[in-house]
Amino acid sequence: MAVVLVDAGGTNIGSVRYALQRLGVDAALTSDAATIRAADKVILPGVGAAGPGMARLRGMGLVGLLRSLTQPVLGVCLGMQLLCTRSEEGDTECLGLISAPVQRFTEAPGLRVPHMGWNRLATVRPHPLLAGLGEDEQAYFVHSFAVPTGDWTLATADYGGPFSAVVARGNFHGMQFHPERSAAVGAKLLKNFLAL
Amino acid sequence: MLSRRIIPCLDVRDGKVVKGVRFRDHVVMGEIVELALRYRDEGADELVFYDITASPEGRSVDRGWVERVARAIDIPFCVAGGIRSVDEARAVLHAGADKISVNSPALERPALIDELAAAFGVQCVVVGIDSLRDGDGEWRVRQYTGDPAKTQALARRTLDWLVEAQQRGAGEIVLNCMGSDGVRRGYDLAQLEVARALCRVPLVASGGAGAPAHFRDAFVDADVDGALAASVFHSGAIAIPELKRYLRDQGVAVRVS
Repeated sequence: MAVVLVDAGGTNIGSVRYALQRLGVDAALTSDAATIRAADKVILPGVGAAGPGMARLRGMGLVGLLRSLTQPVLGVCLGMQLLCTRSEEGDTECLGLISAPVQRFTEAPGLRVPHMGWNRLATVRPHPLLAGLGEDEQAYFVHSFAVPTGDWTLATADYGGPFSAVVARGNFHGMQFHPERSAAVGAKLLKNFLAL
Repeated sequence: MLSRRIIPCLDVRDGKVVKGVRFRDHVVMGEIVELALRYRDEGADELVFYDITASPEGRSVDRGWVERVARAIDIPFCVAGGIRSVDEARAVLHAGADKISVNSPALERPALIDELAAAFGVQCVVVGIDSLRDGDGEWRVRQYTGDPAKTQALARRTLDWLVEAQQRGAGEIVLNCMGSDGVRRGYDLAQLEVARALCRVPLVASGGAGAPAHFRDAFVDADVDGALAASVFHSGAIAIPELKRYLRDQGVAVRVS
């Protein structure tokens, strides 16, 4: 199975790659359109800001290609946000593959931004991506912007209210947390993606 | 609900994990990857590696072990030690660290915080503050604490620096209360509570953990997001699974695997 990591310039690319290696999959890091199109699975990692993230995808000429993919695609953290319609971060137009907005967390007493740490995943819609996910399993989040809940939401986490932790529409999937840094839970969810 | 984080801190010197008392007299505690894996298996929520000699010696962190750790573990980790530029930070992040922490170099040149936040986003940028109460009752910042011979007391007030660091783009603050460090009598709750009131980003307590109740006090009384400790974990005096069960029973939100 050919799994590719889109070289979107995020700093977590190494970590995602190592996580896949721990699952026995050697993923190629690439920005080559033909390689991405031919892959069985495509992962769009990403750490950083939405504006530079989209600018990099545009600069590499990958926007149209990513929109046209039909195999399972997984966006991680910023990568998930880039799959959405528009981000409040720098008022950035994103890929529009999941018709959801990306909004900044509102600071409040006891609600620090960024949302940083382990938070519980709650399944709202069963999906093969969530197979085997238990009642009280937590994943590691680090982000200041989030996707609200909607018909795209598979699982939520709660930080001053529920937000989308896992999303899907058709062959496009996203995880707001870092599965590569979410211990056994993250490994299970990555494995589920590889099995889609 | 967001869990409070238990964060073992591994001080790294010449490629080994070491620990000193009140930042002095370091003894070797073990191999980096071995200890990282042990803490991962015990349920640590995050790890922090401080290359304690990098800053006083004017060199950056050794990236070889960063990559070895990144390959081995599947929990987040932060690397600190002499990161002086965006390029050095990028190298550490690309080696697989999730966050970088700056301390002495940010005191040398505070704009470093702005540059790191602009390059990587605030979520990658931790500012570590070493703080000690002076004779006049003020908490002030210390620099180059990795080497007692080079440690400097600065005129800068801890709380002023905490506010400035956030304005410049710190996504998390680790407040190391040196007066309580290594002596296991509890975190400096008075200082942490004052810091908490001024800290809008995640705040991590450091220095003084000696018993499970000390963690509870830091989370409940000082409302910190994470608690960092070294010697009590390295020595086995506190086992993380038991600590987490205790905290859960005390009503603290934690991740129990």
